[in-house]
Amino acid sequence: MKDVKIYTENLSVFFDYIQALNNVSIQIKANRVTSIIGPSGCGKTSFLRTLNRMNDLMHGFKMKGEVKIDGVDIYDDNIDVVNLRKLVGMVFQKSNLFPKSVYENLIFAPKLNNIKDKNKLDEIVERSCTQASIWDEIKDRLNDNALNLSAGQQQRLCIARALSVNPDVLLMDEPASALDPISTSRIEELIFELKKDYTILVVTHNMQQAARISDFTAFFYLGQLVEFEKTTKIFTNPSNKQTEDYITGRFG
Amino acid sequence: MPEEKNIKNKEIRKLPASTKYYEYFAIGLVQVITAFVFLILFLVLGKIFYEGAGIIDYQFLTEAPRNNMTEGGIGPAIFGTVSVMFLMIIFAVPIGVFSAVYINEYAEDNLAQRVIRASVNNLAGVPSIVFGLFGLGFFVLFIGKNFDEVMGTGLLLGQPAMLWASATLAVLVLPTIIISTIEALNAVPHSQRAAAYGLGATKWQTIKGVVLPQSRSGILTGIILAVSRGAGETAPVLFLGCAFFLPQLPVAYLDLGLFAVPFINPAEQFMYLSYHIFILATQSSNPTLTMPVQFGTAAVLITLTVLLNITAVIFRFKFRRTLQVVREN
Amino acid sequence: MDTQSPYAKKISKRFRAKEKLIKYFFFLNGFVTVLLILLIFLFLLKESFAGYTDFNLSEYFFTEKTLADGSTEKIFEWFPTSEDQRLSIVPLILGTLLTAIPATIISTMLGVFVGIYLSEIAGSRLREILKPIIELFAGIPTVVLGFFMLVVGATYFQDVFFTTSRLNAILAAVGLSFIIIPIIATLTEEALRSIPLELRMASYSLGATKWQTISRVIIPTAVSGISAGIILGFGRAVGETMIVLMASGNAAELTLDVFRSVRTMTATIAAELGEVSAGSQHYFALFFIGTVLFIGTFLLNLIAELIINKMRKKIRF
Repeated sequence: MKDVKIYTENLSVFFDYIQALNNVSIQIKANRVTSIIGPSGCGKTSFLRTLNRMNDLMHGFKMKGEVKIDGVDIYDDNIDVVNLRKLVGMVFQKSNLFPKSVYENLIFAPKLNNIKDKNKLDEIVERSCTQASIWDEIKDRLNDNALNLSAGQQQRLCIARALSVNPDVLLMDEPASALDPISTSRIEELIFELKKDYTILVVTHNMQQAARISDFTAFFYLGQLVEFEKTTKIFTNPSNKQTEDYITGRFG
Repeated sequence: MPEEKNIKNKEIRKLPASTKYYEYFAIGLVQVITAFVFLILFLVLGKIFYEGAGIIDYQFLTEAPRNNMTEGGIGPAIFGTVSVMFLMIIFAVPIGVFSAVYINEYAEDNLAQRVIRASVNNLAGVPSIVFGLFGLGFFVLFIGKNFDEVMGTGLLLGQPAMLWASATLAVLVLPTIIISTIEALNAVPHSQRAAAYGLGATKWQTIKGVVLPQSRSGILTGIILAVSRGAGETAPVLFLGCAFFLPQLPVAYLDLGLFAVPFINPAEQFMYLSYHIFILATQSSNPTLTMPVQFGTAAVLITLTVLLNITAVIFRFKFRRTLQVVREN
Repeated sequence: MDTQSPYAKKISKRFRAKEKLIKYFFFLNGFVTVLLILLIFLFLLKESFAGYTDFNLSEYFFTEKTLADGSTEKIFEWFPTSEDQRLSIVPLILGTLLTAIPATIISTMLGVFVGIYLSEIAGSRLREILKPIIELFAGIPTVVLGFFMLVVGATYFQDVFFTTSRLNAILAAVGLSFIIIPIIATLTEEALRSIPLELRMASYSLGATKWQTISRVIIPTAVSGISAGIILGFGRAVGETMIVLMASGNAAELTLDVFRSVRTMTATIAAELGEVSAGSQHYFALFFIGTVLFIGTFLLNLIAELIINKMRKKIRF
């Protein structure tokens, strides 16, 4: 129980009258990579966005149940969403860098925290880029427009940007789905590196990817958590028929 | 040894007070300013309607001004405005709609098309008074004068008249019609055109049978907006035949022997609502006595343009909904 | 092949000719706009430079007056009807700027905020109501606003500011703001809304508050769109006639005081074209003003369009 980072109990999520998640109870372990798989529209992304309360921005969002990170109920009235999001970072499907320089993208979040000291900002930039293993590629291009980087570099820069606030948890929503195979494998290596320091959740529709990178895998179907197991177990010997059908490509 | 990561040890309960107050202040400021702008705009309208509403009745809308403009109504000005709008539509709509069809349906992305598009945008940006200059210099003094000379019609068209006012306004609203029509044509889904081509229709048959009928209410929106724009303009028609007061409506009778058919005489001068406000406010001999008439006329003109605009909004809304149905099927 | 395959059958010549004819017909209509804009421009040019041979074009800007001691002095005056005619458009340009610049400043301060409110703060339902209303205001006939400033605004204004001239540049500027605010507000709203959702998400996911997202991500990204709106608003203020004609006082003075009466380019044409005799130097001078207006607003619109195009490229997502 000690190493459980994220804990949900009977989590249900609604958008207006559409139910996106139905009674999801899951315990996600710290410093592990957890993959979330399932067919489109199964609630993967909704689940992810519940964890940093990005769903609060969506129209007609309602939720029931409990979500705890490190034992703290993140939907408690006392919690400030804005601070929560600094602790639970997110990387999106398509890179969404600001149309500014590489450097400005990286210091955006530190500046929100009122860090103004130039040396400290430089330090953060270097640290987060090194962690995202992109420092060598962009250290000479810090003043270039970020949108001039290649697609793979942009996505890794997005990861670096998410790391710049030094979060605890990193949520990744199909981070490699728009990339070529080489860039994808670099992102996968990166995820493997990062799990030393972060608890990582990755939504993916790519079964091989889930098998390669994750320690645990959760299979969602129609808003329900069907199976949650060690990745090795789920891909070799799933206990649920639906999981097996999905993994073997019979539907989805 | 990496630092212990646990959000329990971190401050997630409260934003710094400074951030929070700044947030409230900034968003509050935006809200207050917006409310202020809307308040002022409504106060202006409210004042005009408050002062003008009392005088507006059936007689005010139909009768001619009496007693040095202090009594009577604005009937002839309404008649003049409607007549000019009628002629303007006749001039502007065919050319406007056909140009839009060319730009949206026929033109490839070539130089000609870019030149035409640039011209449309350009024409939309020309100050309205410049249209007045053009109308007087070109339509009246150049075309009108020369027409009279060649045809020997004396001073029929070589003077400011309704015909030229309408023609000038038609030039002015042409971009409005073209841009709205392009928008309407563009909104017709590509699949609809493909369906017609798939049945062996030619380009013109597709346009005539599918594209134009489906964009009808969108085009109508543009025409209504054009009328609203034209009726509200004053500067271009200042020198094109607007009259302070006319004893008779600009109507001529076509004698058919047994009976005479009245028709709008485009070679005549006319009264115009917007000009009526201008001239009463600046040049009437007794501004205080005509004040109720001025406010009344302003209220009528605003009501006219606002009603037209609302109609256009409704048409646009309906148009979008119909197309949505087409798309969903 | 002797048997005619149905696929090889071509549509009849007459049919094809008809299609072609229709295409040319539409092309001709499309070209009317091009012809009109050329015609307007060439006609304005022709009339502005058609003046008398003894008229020097520099007189459109200044006339030289010989002083008692033999030296000459440049004078910038618009005195079209006096015996010693002076046709400098400099005071008119000044008058236009003295009304249009304050109007743009007022409208920017208010309009940009309204745009931000509509795009970022108002809920979608409120926006659906407020946006058509603000567009409706843009459609109010300018003569009504001029009338309002003349009859109601001027009195209030004098009571508050104790201005020497009842009608003055700043009064006209306030009147102009009524039409410029909606322009800047709607264009700001459009610029802000064109910013992709992904960027907002990025900002929120990094722990930015709503205002931080607006002020640090959305506005900087849309700044060129907003400035294009301001330039278009300024162009509209320069080209507007009725409001300034009725509220500016129409005194062609060489002044920089916004509380004095001024005479703008547009108002000069509007006030004088009716009385001028066709073919006089004064008549040509009015066309010259028209040409300056035409070119000026054309350039402003062009700049705005270039800026908007640049912004579209910047947020290629």
